[in-house]
Amino acid sequence: MSTYRIGIDVGGTHTDAVLLDQDNQVISETKSSTTEDVETGIYTAMHEVITKANVSPEHIRYAMLGTTHCTNAIVERKGLNNIAAVRIGAPATLAVKPLVGVPDDLRAALGKHVYLVRGGHEFDGREIVDLDEAHLYKIANEVKGEVDSIAITSVFSPVSTDHEERAKKIFQEVLGEDVAISLSAEIGSVGLLERENATILNASVIRVAKTAADGFINALKSENIDAKVFFGQNDGTLMSVDYAVRYPIFTVACGPTNSLRGASYLGNLSDAIVVDVGGTTSDVGVLIHSFPRESSLEVEIGGARTNFRMPDLISIGLGGGTIIHAEENEAFSIGPDSVGYRLPEKAMIFGGDTLTTTDVAVALGKVDLGDASKVAHLDKSWLNKVYEKMVELVEEAIDKMKTTADPIPVILVGGGSILLPTELKGASRVLRPEHSGVANAIGSAISQVSGQVERIYLLDEVGREHALESAKSEAKATAVNAGADPETLVIVDVEDVPLAYLPGNATRVRVKAAGELQRNA
Amino acid sequence: MRKIGKQEIEDIAVGAALLGTGGGGDPYIGKLMALQAIEENGPVTLLDIDEVPEDALVVPSSMMGAPTVMLEKVPSGEEAMEVFGKLEEFLGEDIYATFPIEAGGVNSMLPFALAARRGLPVIDADGMGRAFPELQMVTFYLDGIQATPAVIGDEKGNTALLSTIDNVWTERIARASAIQMGGSVMNAMYSMRGKNLKDSGIAGILKLEEEIGKTIRLAKANNVNAIQEVLKTVGGFELFRGKVTDIDRKTETGFARGTASFEGIGDYKEETLQLRFQNEHLLAQTDRRLLCVTPDLIAVLDAETGLPITTEGIRYGSRCVVIGIPCHEKWRTEKGIATVGPKYFGYDVEYTPVEELVRKGETE
Repeated sequence: MSTYRIGIDVGGTHTDAVLLDQDNQVISETKSSTTEDVETGIYTAMHEVITKANVSPEHIRYAMLGTTHCTNAIVERKGLNNIAAVRIGAPATLAVKPLVGVPDDLRAALGKHVYLVRGGHEFDGREIVDLDEAHLYKIANEVKGEVDSIAITSVFSPVSTDHEERAKKIFQEVLGEDVAISLSAEIGSVGLLERENATILNASVIRVAKTAADGFINALKSENIDAKVFFGQNDGTLMSVDYAVRYPIFTVACGPTNSLRGASYLGNLSDAIVVDVGGTTSDVGVLIHSFPRESSLEVEIGGARTNFRMPDLISIGLGGGTIIHAEENEAFSIGPDSVGYRLPEKAMIFGGDTLTTTDVAVALGKVDLGDASKVAHLDKSWLNKVYEKMVELVEEAIDKMKTTADPIPVILVGGGSILLPTELKGASRVLRPEHSGVANAIGSAISQVSGQVERIYLLDEVGREHALESAKSEAKATAVNAGADPETLVIVDVEDVPLAYLPGNATRVRVKAAGELQRNA
Repeated sequence: MRKIGKQEIEDIAVGAALLGTGGGGDPYIGKLMALQAIEENGPVTLLDIDEVPEDALVVPSSMMGAPTVMLEKVPSGEEAMEVFGKLEEFLGEDIYATFPIEAGGVNSMLPFALAARRGLPVIDADGMGRAFPELQMVTFYLDGIQATPAVIGDEKGNTALLSTIDNVWTERIARASAIQMGGSVMNAMYSMRGKNLKDSGIAGILKLEEEIGKTIRLAKANNVNAIQEVLKTVGGFELFRGKVTDIDRKTETGFARGTASFEGIGDYKEETLQLRFQNEHLLAQTDRRLLCVTPDLIAVLDAETGLPITTEGIRYGSRCVVIGIPCHEKWRTEKGIATVGPKYFGYDVEYTPVEELVRKGETE
């Protein structure tokens, strides 16, 4: 009996859905508009893709969702949990209190119950001071009935999780198991404020994630699908729904990653440049070992600085709906404004009055779309200049992203990718695989499950080999926890960075393990 | 005399990161400390060096240890109060004002956090005009000013009073104590008189940092090239444009040493830049020639935004512009070169001022 999986990606403009068979072949695909409530768009796309495929619902076993629910909730400050933020680290850390440096409105929403408790660890694992358990009991009693989610961040928890674990026990003892508890060691790495922000944000979107998960499961049920549900994470891997409702913050910004991963799969390449051409912009990213290269910049979510890793992308103002402005003496400029999702009414080939990049490509016979006679009157040599410039913009972006001068393969994806030629400067070859329009939904559907750890080790004490082994097995355990099949686990990323000015060769080790979905789970 | 509020702090932090030449840690945490202290206690008074009485007791506020530790174990704010109090007790005299020890990273911000809490003015002068990794690497040392008597302290309330025979011993003992105290401590070191600071310090450094920050901020707002504007502000030179193709780090004797390789883009195509660092960026060279070497300043800026990048922040694929800035003339003396020149850091090249290296490159 063949089994199927459904992948859905919610983007800013479109909600895409695909249905794949067990060999990951695309059975059907659809693009529908993203709706304000997100859910309606998901249900529409899901219904369409299933209807198109003519596949019996009971054979759909897996459903993967890459969604903006949590991002939207944070950005709009809507539907957030009533949280308590507990920092364990006093007397250290008082010079910068929790949520200092985040926008005032977010601080107002999340900063109602902020506590600083004595405790925490030194970089080498010693306690700064004893954990003030009495204070934790007092806080637990104070917030009883006031909050439904608690963020706990302890100094150097990436070295020792003891105080966070103990605090969790105390809160559960007083408040019961129903109050969600987010521990910073499970969410971020060294850098107290960034990790604390991420933990607080995580605590604040537990309810949103739960609602989204329940909604998705119900929608599946209404289509008579009984599938195992996964959420896409921003590192390009999946987590089980149980895991996602505990660590919803990892769902933030999974879109660009999904599209890179989808491109990798469709192009059957592990190392390449990916150009994702949308309606308004093109994102250019780099695949290394099938995963996006990550950015070194701090990532802000809803204005709060976090230490999340996001794909290293450059965005250029060139998409399928980008407007061409004709100027005097045959001069012109390209964008950055775009007709966006209104392309089907605005573009000249569709009877509109706005000259877009798509019109240029059609007029030059590069693309067969709409009514070419509507642009036949335009001066070909001028159009050629415009087209050359469009291609140049993409080539420049590709060059910026490359780390060596050697030509490397380029994969074109996204709805607007038909605009681009199959030869590009700096590319060893250019691929525009089939189904590239819904690469992001495919990326969501084919993802592996991963686990990541980041810890500080004193290499002089434990030895580099032992430290790496320990981090690797912890990463693998996390991946299995998130739903990976232990048999297929591989270590996909290892990074160790020595820390300046510390003895004992203190080193930050980061390991990521990824594996296929646990099929029989 | 003028007041330093939140916007000034934001600008100074960016300028400090640039003059920090990759080291000293990201001033972010120091900036938040200063912002919180100013929010709670009001703006800080900034004095020009000429406004400070010659006999006034002035003490820089600084931290010592691992910037990474400070990013995780954020200070309490009490350590700095405590070490200043203990030093006053020992000297039997009130401290008149504080100032930054270096123009880089977190140390550029700490005097403001302390000043706001303690109600002290900050003086617009420092002891480096840039950042360096060891505490004898200050212009005060060139003029024989001692770091001790000094007090270091942690957030637990421990303090240590140091009285040493010279500044190298201060460095050794203080660093060992700092590790025991948890890897990061606050200092009250290099206490001196107003006249000493005027003679041996580098005046106007905070004003320059603020200018740099403002330049980058306004360039972004006005959509002009930040890097060209910054070069004008600091009197520097563009040395290279490239992307990071390799980064090789190791920690030896507590310092993050390493080399970053950049492959040229644009006008620098086909060229490769090697950037050597030991916490700070210290030497930049291509296959053909030396471009800039310590004590002149080497800053790595993000090619798009012009914002400075720290050594720990350099990553594979980053697109950067490397710039060189002449150091203060105090460093270009024989003792200055001996203290912070290329030989001290183990690079076998002769110090040549960056402007001469640039001129040579242009005539080639």
